[in-house]
Amino acid sequence: MTTTPDKTGVELVSVTIDGIQVDVPKDTLVIRAAEQVGVQVPRFCDHPLLAPVGACRQCLVDVPDAGNGRGFPKPQAACTLPVAPGMVVNTQVTSEVADKAQQGVMEFLLINHPLDCPVCDKGGECPLQNQAMSNGRGESRFVGSGAGGVKRTFPKPINLSPQVLLDRERCIVCQRCTRFAAEIPGDPFIALVERGAQQQIGIAENAPFLSYFSGNTIQICPVGALTSESYRFRSRPFDLVSSPSVGEHDACGSAIRVDHRRGKVMRRLSGDDPEVNEEWITDKDRFAFTYATEADRITYPQVRDTDGSLRPASWIEAFAVAARGLREAGGVGVLAGGRLTAEDAFAYSTFARVALGTNDIDFRARPHSAEEAEFLAAHVVTTGPEAGAVTYADLESASTVVLVGLEPEDEAGAVFLRLRKAALHHGTRVLALAPYTTRGLGKMNGTLVPTAPGEEPAAVAGLLGTEHGLDARSVVMVGERLATVPGALTAVADLVAKTGARLAWVPRRAGDRGALEAGCLPGLLPGGRPVADAAARVDAAASWGVDTLPDTPGRNGDAIVAAVLAGELGGLVVGGVDPLDTTDPAATRAAVEQASFVVALDLRASDVTRAADVVLPVAPVTDKAGSFVNWEGRVRSFERILANPASLPDSRVLAGIAEELGRPLGFRTVEDVRAQMAEMGPWDGPRATMTPVEPVADTARPGEGLRLASWKQMIDNGTMLAGDKHLAATARPAVARVARAVHDACGPMVTVTGDRGSVTLPSEVAPDLVDDTVWLPASSTGRGLLADLASPGSRVTVTGGNA
Amino acid sequence: MSTIDTLTPVLTDDWDAEQSWKLATYESRGGYEALRTALGMAPDDIVAAVKDSGLRGRGGAGFPTGMKWSFIPQDNPKPKYLVVNADESEPGTCKDTPLMMASPHTLVEGVIISSFAIRANHAFIYIRGEILHVIRRVQAAVAEAYAAGHLGKDIHGSGYDLDVVVHAGAGAYICGEETALLEGLEGRRGQPRLRPPFPAVAGLYASPTVINNVESIASVPSIISHGAEWFASMGTEKSKGYGIFSVSGHVERPGQYEAPLGITLRELLEMSGGVRHGHRLKFWTPGGSSTPLLTDEHLDVPLDFEGVAGVGSMLGTRALQVFDETTCVVRAVLRWTEFYKHESCGKCTPCREGTWWLVQTLAALERGEGSEADLDLLLDQCDNILGRSFCALGDGATSPISSSIQFFRDEYLAHLTHGGCPFDPAASTAWAGSLTGAAK
Repeated sequence: MTTTPDKTGVELVSVTIDGIQVDVPKDTLVIRAAEQVGVQVPRFCDHPLLAPVGACRQCLVDVPDAGNGRGFPKPQAACTLPVAPGMVVNTQVTSEVADKAQQGVMEFLLINHPLDCPVCDKGGECPLQNQAMSNGRGESRFVGSGAGGVKRTFPKPINLSPQVLLDRERCIVCQRCTRFAAEIPGDPFIALVERGAQQQIGIAENAPFLSYFSGNTIQICPVGALTSESYRFRSRPFDLVSSPSVGEHDACGSAIRVDHRRGKVMRRLSGDDPEVNEEWITDKDRFAFTYATEADRITYPQVRDTDGSLRPASWIEAFAVAARGLREAGGVGVLAGGRLTAEDAFAYSTFARVALGTNDIDFRARPHSAEEAEFLAAHVVTTGPEAGAVTYADLESASTVVLVGLEPEDEAGAVFLRLRKAALHHGTRVLALAPYTTRGLGKMNGTLVPTAPGEEPAAVAGLLGTEHGLDARSVVMVGERLATVPGALTAVADLVAKTGARLAWVPRRAGDRGALEAGCLPGLLPGGRPVADAAARVDAAASWGVDTLPDTPGRNGDAIVAAVLAGELGGLVVGGVDPLDTTDPAATRAAVEQASFVVALDLRASDVTRAADVVLPVAPVTDKAGSFVNWEGRVRSFERILANPASLPDSRVLAGIAEELGRPLGFRTVEDVRAQMAEMGPWDGPRATMTPVEPVADTARPGEGLRLASWKQMIDNGTMLAGDKHLAATARPAVARVARAVHDACGPMVTVTGDRGSVTLPSEVAPDLVDDTVWLPASSTGRGLLADLASPGSRVTVTGGNA
Repeated sequence: MSTIDTLTPVLTDDWDAEQSWKLATYESRGGYEALRTALGMAPDDIVAAVKDSGLRGRGGAGFPTGMKWSFIPQDNPKPKYLVVNADESEPGTCKDTPLMMASPHTLVEGVIISSFAIRANHAFIYIRGEILHVIRRVQAAVAEAYAAGHLGKDIHGSGYDLDVVVHAGAGAYICGEETALLEGLEGRRGQPRLRPPFPAVAGLYASPTVINNVESIASVPSIISHGAEWFASMGTEKSKGYGIFSVSGHVERPGQYEAPLGITLRELLEMSGGVRHGHRLKFWTPGGSSTPLLTDEHLDVPLDFEGVAGVGSMLGTRALQVFDETTCVVRAVLRWTEFYKHESCGKCTPCREGTWWLVQTLAALERGEGSEADLDLLLDQCDNILGRSFCALGDGATSPISSSIQFFRDEYLAHLTHGGCPFDPAASTAWAGSLTGAAK
């Protein structure tokens, strides 16, 4: 829980704690210095990642010498007192005064605390319970005093949000939750109200605790006052098995802890990884795990029967049918999807090259471009922290962080928290090239560089000016959305080359970066080997144990879809891709319908599985080992948590088909895959280079509609959010953000119309929205904007909602 | 033998004037002369004069005022602020309220001189929200001062600017604690702040801030007018000057008696006509309910900081609440404890939970329930609050309890043996005589 001070070059201070001398960095708090000598001073309000408050008074220690020869006459709170040279501290271990003070405070804490531990969710993992045992008296004097103590009572729990509940009787008002909300995400929607023993945590009327990070308060609550609708009363901590894992909802690679019981995940908590997500995770990483146990989970292989229906099949049969169909399809494209582990992605990459003999593979289940693929090959693949790539810690020391096509609060929660910390505590300046100042940008003290959709290339080029002062201590973070703007990634590459600023690519999905490393791109083999480089092909072929590899770069995702529709490709292997996420949902859906043979690997039934010829169930992350490579390029490995023999990783399924094809992949288990990946390693030859792409001039005339800005909100209609209605209820409402003039003209409800349809939703004014622009959440309405509204980069019109 | 000559009316000197609160009245009696003198002085010389006078904070803690001012880092580029603590809420304490009522300009003049001394261009007077009449009167005085050119831009051609804001509190005793007051002034929840940083370094809006009691600031004009030596000639060696002694309770003539520090309760009782006729002194508070009780043994204790501390109490705010033998000490202490429970801000555990428990234990004792062991429990609860709470409110809550058990343990026990309170509560009321028909 507490980080050990390990920085070198920090001034050390020598103090004596319980007779033991210890050197700790200057300004270390006594409570943490004590940990260095192995003494745990009891505490509640103290949290190493929150500012000291000294409210609970549980950590009182005796300080006979403050370092100046004089002692404090009264016990001091160890959580607010910094060390001083020569200071002498006696904790409860050696001081009767400290011990009595702590016991006294503990007794006070318990007088108004309901002793309902047997039915409390926190019972068994409760700091109050534990420390009452270690630093309290066994019997209460309260109940026997006077006329018998009367506890303060409150009606049982109240909702702080649709997900977070507060039991005020249990609350010891340590303020960890309110301090977290104010300090870490900057969402101070909970606050102290009332006073004295009636003091409690409250929300303002009509302003519930709607924060993407609200679940962290439950985890740091030192009592059972905060609980979630999703978990409360579900299990006892001592019945749970805890397994470390990695968040699968974004590219942050957050360490999580999965608590499970008898083969079922009961809850998820934040792990503790100071280098990555510290001790915080998003509510999505915490609560969104029920998608894996939804009723539409596919639990057995299916093949298309002669009557046209899907029927259950054995694995053996399904592999054989799939192999036969792919062999006879007449060209197969592979759409791998962005949610794969790196190992599974490597299996897709191997399957395409070795088993199918094609480079027609793409992981990008979203609008993408050839420019992006070249950008990734030239500037992103095989970079990582060990090779000097940008890390979370670098964000804190950066002079400036430029965000282009990236809204971290929605798209990369841990990045948002670290940027906010950097901005607030380390003076990092955040610049965002975005259409308006988002709440997230405000919380990072960020500055908007107003940029209309499509104008990113010019805006990025504009950062070259001296007024922005980008230098080698700056970081440019680009999001996956930039792929839809021709020339934008070219401009970014140019910017970092000219300023010396460092580059980080932050995709949304957890599997994108790993799939890039695994070579799930038409022009890239694993480890960043360019397909166009004969030596790289030979190197990969040798590692794979095959004679040759296809030597022409393949088709990207959009081209694969087009080729199927044009009859150039007959077969598709689809790994959990939702057509609604792709550049042209209708075209992708048509391609799946039209393809002569489709093999679908998926967790749950989808439009693709319903149309597929062979449906193969794959394991959710809990049922397999794997790794996600996060945006830093850091490999975040995790082990299998639940043993489910019927649940196979994609790699095992693909290996089975390949064996039936007579072209085995050389691996069956995740361990085999890891060994193969390690053997192949990163390419040490020349990197691919990028062909600059010219921006496309905006040819629209004034009045020809508005430019559509959009990204996905963290909590939206995504399939991996299925199954937790309480979490879903915390989503930000879907609104169109419009200029004041549009709002005035169209009213509070607007209908936005594009080349693919119309969406009607409430509108809200974004005061600094760039001209001729409207912003909509990408996947919070209907089937999402790509299917319902407009093609990427096209213009839309806004009219009154009832028009 | 003490006489009325012992009194040193300075702050209270104008109180008997016709419409004493008006600017014209104040100026006709020499008001704002000190301001003109001060504006001709170097600010550091004013600080030095206040230091030399020996003036110590009149809000209770007794910290030397001039020294507090000298802690303001003048090289700090942030603005400096003067904040006047007029959140007078302590049970028994009633000196600032009548002062601001009767002579608000004494305070306003003090504010201007003090702000000038510490180079503040903004001053705030934080007045207890419940005393609306006082707020209005101080507001009116500030408005008059603006109109007369005592406030605003370029005051009397000196080039010095000062704006004064009269701020009404929202009804919380805790906001008399200086850092909680600052929180309240900033629009936040009134709870004490962590120190350090101290207000002199990072106070209001994280800027250097002096916080002084009303009476301290109101004393400054007299020091400028008459000199530090004149002020230091009054009082005792370490407690210089005069102060308002608020005598209340079972005395014949309760009121404000302004006298040099070091005067005794015996002298004050003589001036105020003594304890209620036919009764005798039982116990008293030297400085409000947060200061440990004293008894008739302590009639000759000099009422200065050292003298009262010497007998285990505190001079505090010189709120002398006098109780005669008709008063049940358990009852009085319970009422005070209920006050602390009601006013505990809730921030820290010992005060929040401790006062909740103390009230229950005391209430049971008053009803004659519980046992003698509860007295020791009470003392142990006090021991676990005193010095363990975040601010001094918790400490103050324990003072009446521990001191009353020290002096009146038998009376507590009498409640247990009597099966309830042995006193007639009506006998201690102001109308006791008329109710019983007994002659005074």
